[in-house]
Amino acid sequence: MNRFFAQRRDRLLMYQAMREGRITSARRSACPRCGEESTALEWVQHKQVCPKCGHHCPVGAYYRLSMILDPGSFQELEEKREPADPLDFPGYPAKLEQLQADTGLKDAVVTALGRVQEKKAVFAVMDSRFLMGSMGTAVGEKVTLAVEYAMRHKLPLVIFAASGGARMQEGIFSLMQMAKTAAAIQRFQDRGGLYISCLTHPTTGGVTASFASLGDIMLAEPGALIGFAGPRVIEQTIGEKLPDGFQRAEYLLDHGFLDQIVPRDQWRRVLGQLLALHDKGGRA
Amino acid sequence: MSIYSPEQKVKIARDPGRPGTADFIEGLFTDFFEQRGDRLCAEDGSILGGIARFHGRPVTVLGHRKGKNLEENLHCNFGMPSPEGYRKAQRLMKQAEKFGRPIITFVDTPGAYPGKEAEARGQGEAIAQCLALMSALTVPVISIITGEGGSGGALALAVGNRVLMLEHAVYSVLSPEGFASILWKDASRSGEACAVMKLTAQDLRRGGIVQGVLREPEGGAQNDWQATFRTMDAALQKELAALDKLSGPALAKQRYQMFRAMGQDLAPAGKEDL
Repeated sequence: MNRFFAQRRDRLLMYQAMREGRITSARRSACPRCGEESTALEWVQHKQVCPKCGHHCPVGAYYRLSMILDPGSFQELEEKREPADPLDFPGYPAKLEQLQADTGLKDAVVTALGRVQEKKAVFAVMDSRFLMGSMGTAVGEKVTLAVEYAMRHKLPLVIFAASGGARMQEGIFSLMQMAKTAAAIQRFQDRGGLYISCLTHPTTGGVTASFASLGDIMLAEPGALIGFAGPRVIEQTIGEKLPDGFQRAEYLLDHGFLDQIVPRDQWRRVLGQLLALHDKGGRA
Repeated sequence: MSIYSPEQKVKIARDPGRPGTADFIEGLFTDFFEQRGDRLCAEDGSILGGIARFHGRPVTVLGHRKGKNLEENLHCNFGMPSPEGYRKAQRLMKQAEKFGRPIITFVDTPGAYPGKEAEARGQGEAIAQCLALMSALTVPVISIITGEGGSGGALALAVGNRVLMLEHAVYSVLSPEGFASILWKDASRSGEACAVMKLTAQDLRRGGIVQGVLREPEGGAQNDWQATFRTMDAALQKELAALDKLSGPALAKQRYQMFRAMGQDLAPAGKEDL
């Protein structure tokens, strides 16, 4: 396991070095949206947002936290929590093991304590590389524990969602995580806690239909797909093509479901502002 | 062990001859007054609800409605609610809390409607708000899964102090067809999905997801509505009497703790102590 933390640390150090101009890379890769090529250095400098068209590529949970938190303030919570296999689902444990090896994550969410512009908060950041960021019992439990930690310590809560929805391999137990997380958020908010929900690409299904939609403040990254049903299911149901931009962050903003859209390089500023505006982080 | 396979139970649970929410309201309650509309935008026929008396006592009753013939099916969108339905449900439940009425919900839906307008009006937000609201209600809430409990669209009406299931009802994270289509890219493998999903009342009782299983007449509830009503009536009376002993905050707490515990011991904290 240590190998993965070492790899992660090396990668983060490399990004930092590249940002500071100490190393450069001429390796080029194409934007999945516009197809234009940029160098690895440009991708890093732009925080994985296409320098040509502004497309926001998904980023991992640790990388996102490293972009947002004050340096040195990251303190992971519940980092050892392991996923379970309540249905004895064929092939699932092997798949989990493989994903853990490939990503260095235990499951699809990282929870942590940290500061943004000096303001302390509890963070939960989902990672779509791990089974589409789907929510099973481990994700539901970690999110709930993060909410409870924030409640206990009277801290604000910031969640970055990125999820395909409930995790099929854990069946009904995944569904129940929707009720559990929504209930925890309700409790936290009833006690005066501030919850900032940040939706990133993609946020769909059972995560949209539970904690992700319950923020006191609702934010999203540009272009993020956000919805309950996936576009393919909707097209099959209604028998027509969906218009461009349907279920994108901009569409949700137009329909009244978001406060603001926040480009990736603005998260620190916006979260810092909001945490300061709610100084003492609410009464929770 | 049941005499029916999970796949057979899915068929029974979907039998159009099974009593639905409208039938349960007629069979178990008196003096029903239907309440319509979400007060924001529309009325959604796929959720039926209102005030009624249960053994003389006013309660709020609501549930998914599928309809009995094509015309009704269309009016009720085959029991697949839009956000308006969930917002109507929230309105009725808030009112029940205000007037101190117990809430009884009947769950029978393939899932929330995956439509264009439903998304535009916030299907996810509407379901999330139902879950949050129900989790904190200070009146008794009893939910009964009567047919198919599909996905978040079912759970949105099933955050009860007690969640009961008819013997041949099913309850799952997604329909078996959707499950097979997501995992194996092949909806026709739904039979296989039924076998691994643990979606029967008996499985869910063992897993601690539901707290009681209500016996159905031979072959299923569709064969003898009156017998089904009698079983349900007795169960509701018993559970209500038990919940009546709890104060408002104690009801909210019991419900919270029950859902809080789901999957808690499944996701281990890790081998080493922090």
